[in-house]
Amino acid sequence: MSERTRSAPKEAKARHIITLLVENHAGVLARVAALIAAKGYNIDSLTVGETMDPSISRMTLVVRGDDSVVEQAVKQLNRLIDVIRVTDLTGEEFVERELILLKVKAKPEAKAEILRIADIFRAKVVDVAPLSYMLELTGAEDKLNAFIELLKPYGIQEFARTGMTVMTRGSKVLSKQAEEVWRGSETKKVVGLE
Amino acid sequence: MKLTGSEILLRSLVEEGVDTVFGIPGGVILHTYDVLTDSAMASKIRHILCRHEQGATHAAEGYYKASGKVGTVMVTSGPGACNTITGVTDALLDSMAIVVFTGQVPTSAMGCDAFQEADVVGTTRSCTKHNFLALKTEDIPRIVKEAYYIARSGRPGPVLVDLPKNVVMGRAEYRGHPQELNIRGYKPTTQGHAGQIKRAVELMRTARRPLIYGGGGIIHAEAFDELRELVATTQIPVVLTLMGLGAFDTSDPRWLGMVGMHGTYWSNMAMVDCDLMIAIGSRFSDRVTGKLSEFGKQCKIIHIDIDPTSIRKTVHVDVPIVGDVRQVLGELNKAIGQVKRNWSGDFEEWYAQIAEWKAKHPLRYGPMQDAIKPQYAIDTVFEVSEEKNPIVATGVGQHQMWAAQRYRGHKPRRWLTSGGLGTMGFGFPAAMGAQAAFPSDLVICIDGDGSFQMTNQDLITCVENNLPVKVVIINNGYLGMVRQWQELFYSRRYSQVDLTVQPDFVKLAEAYGAVGFRARRPEEVKPILQQAFATPGPVIVDIVTDREENCFPMIPPGGAIKDIIDYGDPIPEKLFQGLR
Repeated sequence: MSERTRSAPKEAKARHIITLLVENHAGVLARVAALIAAKGYNIDSLTVGETMDPSISRMTLVVRGDDSVVEQAVKQLNRLIDVIRVTDLTGEEFVERELILLKVKAKPEAKAEILRIADIFRAKVVDVAPLSYMLELTGAEDKLNAFIELLKPYGIQEFARTGMTVMTRGSKVLSKQAEEVWRGSETKKVVGLE
Repeated sequence: MKLTGSEILLRSLVEEGVDTVFGIPGGVILHTYDVLTDSAMASKIRHILCRHEQGATHAAEGYYKASGKVGTVMVTSGPGACNTITGVTDALLDSMAIVVFTGQVPTSAMGCDAFQEADVVGTTRSCTKHNFLALKTEDIPRIVKEAYYIARSGRPGPVLVDLPKNVVMGRAEYRGHPQELNIRGYKPTTQGHAGQIKRAVELMRTARRPLIYGGGGIIHAEAFDELRELVATTQIPVVLTLMGLGAFDTSDPRWLGMVGMHGTYWSNMAMVDCDLMIAIGSRFSDRVTGKLSEFGKQCKIIHIDIDPTSIRKTVHVDVPIVGDVRQVLGELNKAIGQVKRNWSGDFEEWYAQIAEWKAKHPLRYGPMQDAIKPQYAIDTVFEVSEEKNPIVATGVGQHQMWAAQRYRGHKPRRWLTSGGLGTMGFGFPAAMGAQAAFPSDLVICIDGDGSFQMTNQDLITCVENNLPVKVVIINNGYLGMVRQWQELFYSRRYSQVDLTVQPDFVKLAEAYGAVGFRARRPEEVKPILQQAFATPGPVIVDIVTDREENCFPMIPPGGAIKDIIDYGDPIPEKLFQGLR
């Protein structure tokens, strides 16, 4: 029989995108962040915002880790009383978006080229100064990374990224499933168990 | 009707059926303590004034474990709250349902380094099952209702409620205790998955050397009858963890004994040799599994537990069943009833193998001469107390393991010990809490001289409240388990373990207004214990034992189960080189 312990940590750790519906009150973010931190993981990104129901917030968490350890973390997140629903979207079809604001040096001879790049990426110029542009871009993480790389030669002064937010494709609705949980027609689902 | 937060809080406690509170007042919780003295409240809630908040928390644990009713603690802010943390963490690891109410500085002063301020909700976030900060007086009834529900349901655990001074002093309309409760993020799964139960039964049907590995979850779920029925039908032998002791009749022939680092040899070997392990309310603690890469390689594993995070945490299992142990065992028993198999005849070889291990490696200790062997002392405690069906608590260390191995009368809810956190000092206050729940029962705390000195200040609490706990100190003048490890794994270099300079425990008892006895010679043990247990009020029995007796069997730290060392075995040098 195979070994019953976790496989040895691999070099490249899988990226996991976890969405949570949580109670919208003080301390919940701290609980979630502390739990992930206790596993020794750095959170790649974390976004929080209200949902259609103002008593519920939605969090999107991007972490890197071994599948089995992340599965355990997801179960532990689920155990938090303030967490209503947890879904690990790894392996699911979803749309991911992130927004970046980026300030780049714009010397007169470079202005046209920067605007061309912005145009190709469908980025918007949101502020213009004599020697710099501020650009706004929305997209998946890879797209934002590529955008940054292309603009590096011109001298990026600073940028701010929002972190990722995601939604599954198709008719599946996370908040609907959560509603079934608290109405009692379904128990809190445990990801990774039959 | 407008009431103050304190009045609402205490009424809510009465509504929750709280009859005993362990605590210590202080600055910001004075208002609540003031209401507690109102005659209407004082007649319903008994407050036991402890002498240290850690003791209050362990007392609440003991009260819960013995009675099954949630234990309640009330303390002030800052130092009071911080002192509860050891007990709260102990309760988290051993799934003890307690609710701790902590005073807090007024909300306007929070975060300003106010006098006796500590961020208690922040500090206890990781050591509670859940915690609350009450921000509005009108929220108190709901918070109390939820706190007690969360503490006792699902996998039980500690809940803390932080109460800022202005919230308990403020007034709000009291509309009675909430009848309904719906916490949308908390719906423990209680019913086992039918398909998984079918799979489990299928594994049991074909097993040749099955083994039940039960834990504390059986006690929390009160699944004793269901376990007895399962074993009666299937004849599968049972081992229990330290926390599970009492869940199965110790006189039953299918009971093997405790498993784990200091479990019996044959129980541990059964874990290594079984072809099917049925884990029930146990969590594959490292003290049971030993070296993980060697664990459970030879068998299939079924794991029944209420807490999904316990499943596949460190050990991959074949058939996980999330649910209340009692419900799942009930369903399992029903399903097994339909299985055709000659259970009783099929395990003869398996039982013969176990009997052979047992014959070769029984629990034993060396010949006793002038010094009292600690094992003998514990055997005698059992012998002279058995018929009184005592509640037995322990501290942590060698005495705890000897008590677990040798005290042969473990009963459900009558064995209190700190397993997960291994908290020295747990035993005595826990015994006090159990005694508060059962004032007329015999409550014995088998303690170590080191453990007892960590929380003995509550001796005066026992005297004051007439809680006649009998403390039996297995006194070897050492931090004995630490010394044992230093002897075995650190070349007998004893570092900071000698407790020879110690209080005279007999005089200590007398100083507190209790009664003290001492036994120094083997023949004194029995008569002194008999006399001690017949003495009214709190009693300390100081049993001066052989100083360097070791506790065996022992699975060496870092070793696999099969590396288990029995009494008299040579210590395999190679095994421990990594430790130095």
